[in-house]
Amino acid sequence: MTELLSNTPGGTLLVFALVVPAAGLMLAFLAGGRAAMRVAFAVVAVQLGLSIAIARAVWDSGAALIYLAGGWRPPLGIALRADGISAAMMVMTAIVLAAVALYARTNFSAATERRADLTFWCLLIALSGAMNAVFLGNDLFNLYVALELLTFVAVPLVCLDGKPATLQAALRYLLFALIGSVLYLLGVALFYGAYAALDITLLRGRIHGEPAAYLAVALMTAGLLAKTALFPLHLWLPPAHADAPPAASAVLSALVVKAKFFLILRLWFALMPTLAEGPGADLLGALGAGAILFGSALALRQARLKLLIAYSTLAQLGYLFLMIPLATGPVNWLFWSAGAWTGGMFQAIAHGFAKAAMFLAAGLMAEVAGHDRIAGLAGIGRALPVATLGFALGGLSLLGVPPSGGFLAKWLLLTASIAEGQWWWAVVMLIGGAMAGGYIFRVLANTLADSPAPLPVAPRGRQYVVLALALCSLALGLLPAGPSALLQIGRVGP
Amino acid sequence: MSLGLDLLLAALMLGLAGWTVLGRDMFAAIAAFIAYGLLLGIVWVRVGALDVALTEAAVGGGVTGGLLIAAWARLRATAMVERKAGAGLAVLAALASLGVAVLLAAVVLHLPQPAPTLVPEAMANLAPTGLGNPVSATLMAWRALDTLLEKLVLLLALLGIWSVAPDAAWGARPAASVDRDGALTFLAQFLPPVGVVVGIYTVWTSADAPGGAFQGGTILAAMWLLAVRAGLADLPRVASRWLRLALVAGPAVFLAVGLAGFVLAGHFLAYPEAVAKPLIVLIEAPMILSIGVSLALMVAGPPVPKGDA
Repeated sequence: MTELLSNTPGGTLLVFALVVPAAGLMLAFLAGGRAAMRVAFAVVAVQLGLSIAIARAVWDSGAALIYLAGGWRPPLGIALRADGISAAMMVMTAIVLAAVALYARTNFSAATERRADLTFWCLLIALSGAMNAVFLGNDLFNLYVALELLTFVAVPLVCLDGKPATLQAALRYLLFALIGSVLYLLGVALFYGAYAALDITLLRGRIHGEPAAYLAVALMTAGLLAKTALFPLHLWLPPAHADAPPAASAVLSALVVKAKFFLILRLWFALMPTLAEGPGADLLGALGAGAILFGSALALRQARLKLLIAYSTLAQLGYLFLMIPLATGPVNWLFWSAGAWTGGMFQAIAHGFAKAAMFLAAGLMAEVAGHDRIAGLAGIGRALPVATLGFALGGLSLLGVPPSGGFLAKWLLLTASIAEGQWWWAVVMLIGGAMAGGYIFRVLANTLADSPAPLPVAPRGRQYVVLALALCSLALGLLPAGPSALLQIGRVGP
Repeated sequence: MSLGLDLLLAALMLGLAGWTVLGRDMFAAIAAFIAYGLLLGIVWVRVGALDVALTEAAVGGGVTGGLLIAAWARLRATAMVERKAGAGLAVLAALASLGVAVLLAAVVLHLPQPAPTLVPEAMANLAPTGLGNPVSATLMAWRALDTLLEKLVLLLALLGIWSVAPDAAWGARPAASVDRDGALTFLAQFLPPVGVVVGIYTVWTSADAPGGAFQGGTILAAMWLLAVRAGLADLPRVASRWLRLALVAGPAVFLAVGLAGFVLAGHFLAYPEAVAKPLIVLIEAPMILSIGVSLALMVAGPPVPKGDA
């Protein structure tokens, strides 16, 4: 099925998914103070509604939504495009951002304007726009701009608390992100030079295995791997994610890295759909497998809770990359490849919810205990019962216990790897699951232990935010077949 | 003649690049980098890309150079020890760069000839934009969405720079180092009126000739910083509403005109043919202000507590 690049009904919604955060950012920056927070709340609420409306429109039409900015058709103009995976990721992003906003109200709401408050709310609004720009972009340079937006949102979030150690982590992250951007941009320039087009749909029809296309996509993938922190390019991630304020860690780990992975999927499945059948896909799968084993092993050894969760992000990102060698083959022809596609996207979404829940829970635990050393968390289960439950449910989703979304994701990837005769990925997934069980259990055993001196019982409001996110991750595994059918809409194959 | 000039340029560029990377003295490396940016501007002129040449000279040479020198001065003032990367890392980086360069060269030599191009399509669609310069039409019409989002990147970058300020400094002004040298004062009195006119002209002329809001904004930023340096002007407080209004004015008007496109021309970021050029001028006027103020404040750095200013 070839798609025509022209406006579809519902396409206008895509514009508003970008315009609302853009206007919100400017308004919040201008108004400052507590008004910035109110603007942020309005933006996340509207974005939640918009993302659901977009998912609904994609579902109803059974095809991708398209909007041509300015009415200009590519290659001269820029197209926005929302297919099933864009819509699903947008809904997940909107829910996580809304939850994080509710959680962060307590930390960033001084009556007079403070540095961290204004920065946080402006960045939260901008993140909503940047994520949508990644999910909706169908033009390689427009996607570069989206990546730049993400970089300038994510780096200041890392050092929001202003301590020297976090500044260092942010600077290291900035270096990785910039090298990634330059490599990506080089690839974009090569594509434009070789095909005089930047639109993914147009390029797909023009690329016929020329060396320029392979080099371009290799450069862009390498750049995006550095930004995604796939093993062995992960050095920046643990300190950056672990030492940011909890609300920032949650969006960095749940959302920002997913956006970069999403772009890799676009390159490997929408731009050059034959790539995933070649040896490159196995290399990415192997790096993913390495990430699962290495990340899990290091997570097991961490003494601090937030570092443990950050290393677990490394491992969970690995599962996403297993989807690349498994989801190959013509669309809808091989059932297992469609299953791997769904499984990979479920992993991205379920991990988003679960990881946000876990980082926010860790933040509450650190507020009550005054530290986040795992060995010293005894009594937390009594002081924060709801948040501890949320952490546990999120953890179960990570290790793939039924009926969680993480279970469904890993089950689909596992069955696809066995059915396609690539059993070695299954072995890695099973080992990774056992190790995740180990590090989650270690945390729970400590939090559920009795403390010598009982800790004060904390208010419940923010704990329910944690629980709600964890329940989203869980509910994903209980939903009927609808979401997996949504994820296949607008998917292209070789 | 022209081949000789090109070879000379290429040799100079390589030499300056080598100096920048290998030089032991940081200030000398920065100086080489600025010269590299200016030379690169000349290279863009040689390949006929005047708009890119102007941007490269203004942003690559000018603003980036200013930022690097400001950073160097600050590092020197704090007596921070210059740490060199380990030899292993340097070798690794050199090998990676060399590998990318060789592969790029191999691929570029095999690009299709003549190169595929959008020029005919661009020229055919130039009339409805009301502009005579296809580069401006790309930025303001065909790829206006990119340009709009890039302005938000600029705003976020400034917010990011401000966000590393100490908490106590929030709301205050960036540090201004003032040098009351007679010659500098004279320059700061004489140059800005000329520079402001040149900057605005650079934007105005971009409709039909090379130029643009970024290049013009850079010139305005330089004039302002010159006046600040000479003690003739103040940097604003980051809490100032007027400052924030100046920073968002450009993108806000752009967005508003873009939304008006739904009603006026049937599409977001579309302009009705009859008034396309006036609308684009309406966007660019506040844009040069926002870009100029953003760039100047990026070079000025984060706010500092009141006593230190």
